[in-house]
Amino acid sequence: MNLKIISELDRISEEKKLTKEQKEKVIEELRKRIEEAKLQPGEAIGVISAQSIGEPGTQMTMKTKHFAGVTEMNVTLGLPRLIEIFDARRTPSTPTMTIYLNQKYANNESIVRKIASRILEIKLEDIVNEVSIDLVNLRIEVEINTKKVKMYGVKKDEVLESLKKVLKKHNVSIREKKIIIKPSKKVDVRELYRLRSKIREIHIRGIPGISQVLPVQKGNEWIIKTAGSNLKEVIKMEEVDYTRTITNDIHEVQRVLGIEAARNAIINEALSTLKEQGLDVDIRHIMLIADTMTNTGVIKGISRYGITGEKLSVLARASFEVPLKHLFDASCHLEIDDLRSVVENVMINQPVPIGTGILKLVVKPEK
Amino acid sequence: MAQVIKEKIDAIEFRILSPAIIRKMGVVKIITPDLYDADGYPIEGGLMDLRMGVVDPGLRCRTCGGRVKECPGHFGYIELARPVIHIKYIPWIYDFLRCTCSDCGKILLEEKEIEKWKKRLDKIKKTKGELAKWNVIKLISQKAKNAKVCPHCDAKKKKIRYEKPLTFIEGETKLTPIDIRERLEKIPDEHSELLGLDPQAGRPEWMVLTLLPVPPVTVRPSITLESGQRSEDDLTHKLGDIIRTNQRLFENLNAGAPEIIIEDLWDLLQYHITTFFTNNVSQIPPARHRSGRPLKTLAQRIRSKEGRFRRNLAGKRVNFSARTVISPDARIKIDEVGIPIDIAKELTIPERVNEWNIDWLKEFIKRGPNEHPGANYVITPEGKRKRITDETKKQIIDELTYGYIVERHLMDNDIVIFNRQPSLHKMSMMAHRAKILPYRTFRINLCTTVPYGADFDGDEMNLHVPQTEEARAEAEILMEVQNQIVTPRYGLPLIGCKQDHITGCFLLTKKDTVLSREDVFTLLSQVGIEKEIEKDSLSGKEIFSLLLPDDFNYVGKTRTCLKCAKCKEEKCPHDNYVKVVNGKLISGVIDSNSIGAEDGEMLQKIIQEYGNSFASDFIYKCSLLGISYLKIIGFSILPTDTDLPPRAFEKIKFILNKSEEKVRELIKKYEAKKLQAYPGRTVEETLEFKIIEILNKGRNITGKIVERHASKDNSTIIMATSGAKGSLLNLALISACVGQQALRGSRINKGYTRRTLPHFKKNDITPRCRGFVRHGYKGGLDPFEFFFHAITGRDSVMDTSMRTPKSGYMQRRLINALQDLKICYDGTVRDAYDKIIQFQFGEDGIDVTKTDYGQINVDSILNDVLSREIKK
Repeated sequence: MNLKIISELDRISEEKKLTKEQKEKVIEELRKRIEEAKLQPGEAIGVISAQSIGEPGTQMTMKTKHFAGVTEMNVTLGLPRLIEIFDARRTPSTPTMTIYLNQKYANNESIVRKIASRILEIKLEDIVNEVSIDLVNLRIEVEINTKKVKMYGVKKDEVLESLKKVLKKHNVSIREKKIIIKPSKKVDVRELYRLRSKIREIHIRGIPGISQVLPVQKGNEWIIKTAGSNLKEVIKMEEVDYTRTITNDIHEVQRVLGIEAARNAIINEALSTLKEQGLDVDIRHIMLIADTMTNTGVIKGISRYGITGEKLSVLARASFEVPLKHLFDASCHLEIDDLRSVVENVMINQPVPIGTGILKLVVKPEK
Repeated sequence: MAQVIKEKIDAIEFRILSPAIIRKMGVVKIITPDLYDADGYPIEGGLMDLRMGVVDPGLRCRTCGGRVKECPGHFGYIELARPVIHIKYIPWIYDFLRCTCSDCGKILLEEKEIEKWKKRLDKIKKTKGELAKWNVIKLISQKAKNAKVCPHCDAKKKKIRYEKPLTFIEGETKLTPIDIRERLEKIPDEHSELLGLDPQAGRPEWMVLTLLPVPPVTVRPSITLESGQRSEDDLTHKLGDIIRTNQRLFENLNAGAPEIIIEDLWDLLQYHITTFFTNNVSQIPPARHRSGRPLKTLAQRIRSKEGRFRRNLAGKRVNFSARTVISPDARIKIDEVGIPIDIAKELTIPERVNEWNIDWLKEFIKRGPNEHPGANYVITPEGKRKRITDETKKQIIDELTYGYIVERHLMDNDIVIFNRQPSLHKMSMMAHRAKILPYRTFRINLCTTVPYGADFDGDEMNLHVPQTEEARAEAEILMEVQNQIVTPRYGLPLIGCKQDHITGCFLLTKKDTVLSREDVFTLLSQVGIEKEIEKDSLSGKEIFSLLLPDDFNYVGKTRTCLKCAKCKEEKCPHDNYVKVVNGKLISGVIDSNSIGAEDGEMLQKIIQEYGNSFASDFIYKCSLLGISYLKIIGFSILPTDTDLPPRAFEKIKFILNKSEEKVRELIKKYEAKKLQAYPGRTVEETLEFKIIEILNKGRNITGKIVERHASKDNSTIIMATSGAKGSLLNLALISACVGQQALRGSRINKGYTRRTLPHFKKNDITPRCRGFVRHGYKGGLDPFEFFFHAITGRDSVMDTSMRTPKSGYMQRRLINALQDLKICYDGTVRDAYDKIIQFQFGEDGIDVTKTDYGQINVDSILNDVLSREIKK
């Protein structure tokens, strides 16, 4: 029996003070009911699950951005997000993380804010007024914005240090408010421009990839929501509760935490996307989709490159998309379609091996 | 009809056609581009040669002797004067040329390496299957193509370039198809395998054509126009071009014409054959019909939604179907469908004659095809079809014996399958019982519109009549409406009472409803309940209780439940606590939370305890009860429902003025640079947020005002509170204030430079200039408001029209990915190749339709067990 049911039963029997005998009777009845509620062999469960998720898709909005007051960030939602999850895109269009902190820190707003500011990635361009090119001397001048430096609490040495680390080949010196970068070799202007854009992107502090942080109160603890995602680095932080911290980038979850975690991430993301739109879909259907996407150990999208593209049957692949490609490939690889899935049998007018068609009994006609 | 299936297609193999096979399967060598002689008879050796099959009635195929529908058609072939590249195999040819030696034909890898790769391929094929092999093959060709010298014969290798669309260039010289073919011939079998061509599947040189198979005439039938003129298929035209060019090339070759002419003709032949295969290769101009329309050649026939696969193979046309407009009928049961008599006379059910039904069936034949329960055809045991007409009637009745099949008209109670597109879930196709009715529309009960997503504004629906006993049995057990009440999406009833049904039951079960004996009997007779009633008058709750089974117990809440900290249960002052004890409704009003579609909890309980057919009957009776009660008391909505007293208007005006005032203050504060920004936001953004917040608050207050001033017996309010239709928000929109029009999550800020309309000042961000609609629909919008409202209206129309194809495609992909998954006998979920996807569906193997909103309800099972004990 399901753990959830057992705990539910314990709770209620405690409440109603059932005798042992009564409880046994209830358990017996529960067993019977669960057995009756089991799916029957042959049920085309894949199609049912696909429909259960596809059908509410028509009721979803496409509104991508979401502004729920001041405290929320922009996140892709609704149908585009759902498609993104099932496509298994390499990166989501709006990567975000929800960072939970350890008990010690989670209740104190000012500490949380401090942690948040440490997570936020600061690039050089965030703390300067201008990165200009001095064409006369063929060098780059960085004018630091003292206000912003103060706001982020970055020290000048820190900036200089990280600049030097990246630009090992070049001379970095500081003059009054300006940092001057003089290339070691002679360079032309075009290269200077390239260097400038590189300099702008130089990482000074924080966790790479996190472009926005937002401490939010949730229940009685503070959590940090971010734009941009870097799970691997964030869960390394000592203050972070790595058991609950998540990202919405499914591939990242797979890389850092493994395929089982990715499966759960797909389920949670899809479910919360649907729920946010006020649509009810049973979790079992989403589980099935997550399992088909992950059961080989890698994430496969629901697309012609993913699951459908890896079907063994030529005709099943050809009936989905780009039929000619599949047919010509098949001719070179001597593929044999042994007609075991549904579409092929529809094509040649034979009973499909699903539902009432899974029976393999044959009547021998009397002679 | 019941035929024993003796043969079954077991597998389909894919290979490359070899010239030998093309010659062998070809029944005729096509030598002339002409089609018919002067008499219009197909020319021998022409493209319509009778040996390739027939399309004209009356003629017989000269290969198999079959007539039009009997002969499947036979291939012919054309002998090409010079070889020609098959456009679709160019990627392979390119790989072969690059990766093999031009002298010895061996792959450009060391012997040792060849062995290594071979072993790897075999291993991968065994362990990971066919598909993983392809990636290795890609690696091999990557490796081999960079060699400069052949490791086998030390010949130097020149770089080979592929120039789109059809030429290969080695160094500086162009390779002719003859050169290419020669090189491909040299490649040994073991080496071609390493480059992705299975030796069993074919030889590399077969990718350069020397013989061209000519598809049978049945593939490219000609059409005879009304004028008697023949119009040939696109493929025939294309083949004609090929033969003509081929012939000219032959002639020129024999005459020893100059190289240039031959080259030109060769290129032309290549062009025609390429466009014969596919007519939309980039850089090759598409071959056109005389009218300028591009020809539809082989690839176009297969490809895309209208192509062979999706149009003809994965989906097929059917007989025994009908389509017409639907309309509602409250007195048709929910598992019935009203079918127009005209349609019933066209759709038939085959009925095999036997000892017990022969007399019954003779009556049908006697009535013939024009009188309703009649018959259209009989089929003799030999399989001959005879139409029943007034003339043949008598003879057919006389000869009718056991073993004949009579195709009788559709009658009441026959199983039919009813469908509305888009068929998004399995409830879009359900089995109904036929009910033959006059007039010309399909009639369905209002309750069954929910799963179909239908309304009656002109929707059409389709009807199919299953023709075999197996089909009917499956439809009845798996697809009948009763068995589809609970949706597998989330485990609540999808079919339930709607609109007037709910309003009616709501008003009926209100606390103070009492009906006279006369009214009670009117109601009961309408609903079809026969019961002795002794009392002089009944309360509405008592009447509703008559529908409930005697041992039914239920506790629930109405949708207007205030969720008080301590529930007063039966003594709830608003009658929000619904309690049924032993089939008697003790307290609470019935609303959409109890019996409504998509959220009827009481309905769910009834389904679980009394089964689907009882539930369907219950829904039907509830709906009739609701409607009948409304008929007694009379119920309608009025424009005055949305009226507000002047006092309320004053209040609304005051509230809106106040929020506008607040916004103005805020803007002033901003202009004075005294506004504090939210962390991580600019001052401007903060201002926007604050303005939106103020306006929304103001609007919400106006909604509250409307709620407070609306009287409880207002029809619109009754419908909103009972959950029948509409909400209080709708009412507020009509009578009070429409509110802020939002575009992409912010207030409207598109249009002119720094303003939305030229009537405003630049940079004016007061509510009015950014799309705040302060009037209600009834009071009327002013021109600016109307314009802003139209903007958001258009935006949402756009949204819908972009969303539909997107979500449709997502669904197609989902279904395609999951369609083979099924529950096996051991409870696992497996795909078509028996790979296990899940050990138990949803980790517990439970059917969502058999749950209570996705859960096994321990509480209610426990109560059942306990109450059973008490009874003992």
